[in-house]
Amino acid sequence: MTLLVPVGVPVLGALVHLLFGRRRATTWAGAASAAVVLATAVALAVRVSRSGPVTAPAGLLRADALSAFMLLVIGAVGLIATAATPAYFRTEVEAGRATTRTAARHGVLVQLFLATMALAVLAANLGVVWVAVEATTIVTAFLVGQRRTRASVEAAWKYVVICSAGIALALLGTIVLNFAAAHTPGTAGLDLVTLSAQAPGLDPGVTRIAIVLLVLGFGTKAGLAPLHAWLPDAHSQAPAPVSALMSGVLLSVALYAILRVKVISDAALGTGFARTLLTVMALASLVLAASLLIGQRDYKRMLAYSSIEHLGLVAFGAAIGSPLALTAALLHVLGHGLAKAVLFLGAGRVLQVTGTSRIDGVRGLLARHPALATTFGAGVLALIGLPPFSLFASELGIVRAGFSAGLGLVTSAALLLVLVIAAALITGTSRMLLGPPPTEDAAGTAAASPVPIALAGGLLACAVLGVAAGGLPALLDLATHPLVVTR
Amino acid sequence: MHVQLLDLACGALLLTAVLVLWRRELAVIIRVFALQGAVLAVLVGVLAAHEGSAELWAVAAGVLVLRAGILPHLLRRALAGAGESRRETRPLVNVSASLLAAAALTLLAYAVSQPLVQLAPSAATQAVPVGVTVVLIGFFVLVTRRRALSQLVGFLLMDNGITAVGFLLTTTGVGLVVELGVSLDVLLAVLVMQVLTTRMRETFGDTDLDELRELRD
Repeated sequence: MTLLVPVGVPVLGALVHLLFGRRRATTWAGAASAAVVLATAVALAVRVSRSGPVTAPAGLLRADALSAFMLLVIGAVGLIATAATPAYFRTEVEAGRATTRTAARHGVLVQLFLATMALAVLAANLGVVWVAVEATTIVTAFLVGQRRTRASVEAAWKYVVICSAGIALALLGTIVLNFAAAHTPGTAGLDLVTLSAQAPGLDPGVTRIAIVLLVLGFGTKAGLAPLHAWLPDAHSQAPAPVSALMSGVLLSVALYAILRVKVISDAALGTGFARTLLTVMALASLVLAASLLIGQRDYKRMLAYSSIEHLGLVAFGAAIGSPLALTAALLHVLGHGLAKAVLFLGAGRVLQVTGTSRIDGVRGLLARHPALATTFGAGVLALIGLPPFSLFASELGIVRAGFSAGLGLVTSAALLLVLVIAAALITGTSRMLLGPPPTEDAAGTAAASPVPIALAGGLLACAVLGVAAGGLPALLDLATHPLVVTR
Repeated sequence: MHVQLLDLACGALLLTAVLVLWRRELAVIIRVFALQGAVLAVLVGVLAAHEGSAELWAVAAGVLVLRAGILPHLLRRALAGAGESRRETRPLVNVSASLLAAAALTLLAYAVSQPLVQLAPSAATQAVPVGVTVVLIGFFVLVTRRRALSQLVGFLLMDNGITAVGFLLTTTGVGLVVELGVSLDVLLAVLVMQVLTTRMRETFGDTDLDELRELRD
């Protein structure tokens, strides 16, 4: 029954928003449901570490350590985003950019968004994973286009068309993989555990086609090159809490699907095939992010391209495939989720107080809004992988694993690109934060406003993770165990 | 008999895909798309008759209603709102080059699908390359057309192709839950896109994607 809670509670949350709209009583319903998801994730993680995978009665849902970990990421980032939502909408409604109806609809869709992501990581069947990932596109389409300006409608259109087409490729891959499984004795259907166990018997030629389609398809949704074009537009145009969720977890949920597919690929075709495919996509993403981050003039787009970079790094960790690399990649997913959620919410606040998303338009933020500027600055430091934040540990882990796996050249290239990106991020951020504030009339009328407590909490969690990970290493160890295939 | 009917249906599937590439009039394109939906239903029907499976007959009826009825109806409604501009005026690639590209894509599809045919040679799997061709042509339409509605048709062509491949490869079915989820997803995706085309018309005046120049680096 525990498995139904993370999917069911957000659906209930959506119903509450649908029936009662946005009122005083429902203001915190969203955050409450995200908190329940997080609590269930913790309970599930404890249970899975003690007594192994949990399967729901119908056999459609299953949670192993990896699912529990991903659910933890969804819960944590979801909690940060939904806890910051009421303050965000209070300002939007006051400024006349949103009505209480928009806010209520936002609540419904965000809750459904959480439910579909939880379903994607808990599904026991590759077909159900596909349905859930496609459903996230449908649910978020109107969230991206919420403001109904020219730019946001355009972003929503690109998002739906590119992601639907990409995910259609993954459907074709699923069908082809099902065909391969149907012609292998002992397997039938798309159950992930059975598929991984029987993978050595799959026909290599057919499986190769399926893997390429699946990785390209889910890679679209994870924002990996070559089908990344929707990401900077959608992330920069969506309202701040939605950008936080999309960048912080949605990308990683798609990457989770790739991890599951990679296990099958490694067992059926040897580790080389998926490694080459993922390394090429990861490096292409890093090169793309680096070239577009240099001279970037919009700070929300800056954060979006940084998401492409970090997902590229995670994909690279998956490509290396050693236990160290996979553990580091998963830790990177959590660290990036927390830091990026804080940054997108902070960027949304900066947009509200300054009225512009151009880096040039925001000067001297540190003098005008010290608390907000400090949060944003600390978030960027976390993002470029400075200690004590956990991204330092995970990036170091990926690089070390890369060198010890004999991928020295590729790892050095990736490291170089990460450094270039860090320099570009620092330049952009320092132009926003430092410098003399513009004359008073240009400054927003909003007085120095308190930073939502959720943002500080997110940063704190990211820093604590980097210093003392608690029970997490054991969970990560368990999560990566089934992902490592030696052949 | 079974094999001839199957080949006939697949030939019609390919022909309708090429017709979409050839014609410019959006109203005609939608009619061709509806025809393709009907052909797809016939294809499933032929498979159902061969298997003697009542479940597959029900699926064929579902395909007919969704792909020859509901989806073309939604497209027509989106077109009715468009008013004057009912032609795909300037595709990125002209018609003769598109048709040549379709020929190249067909060859590519046959080359790529070889392992699929070899794994289990039968009349149904021999026809799989046709489905793959339709997917590739759909993708081609999606990236070379400028009007929102044409792109939508391209996406739906891809989807028809994938459905065809799905039925040709797996007569046992991917599982009812998954199949139901897939149809529902396609329907919802099209509804979302239809609402977005309406909004684009409201904000941009027309749905020529050349107008989409707000977001770039």
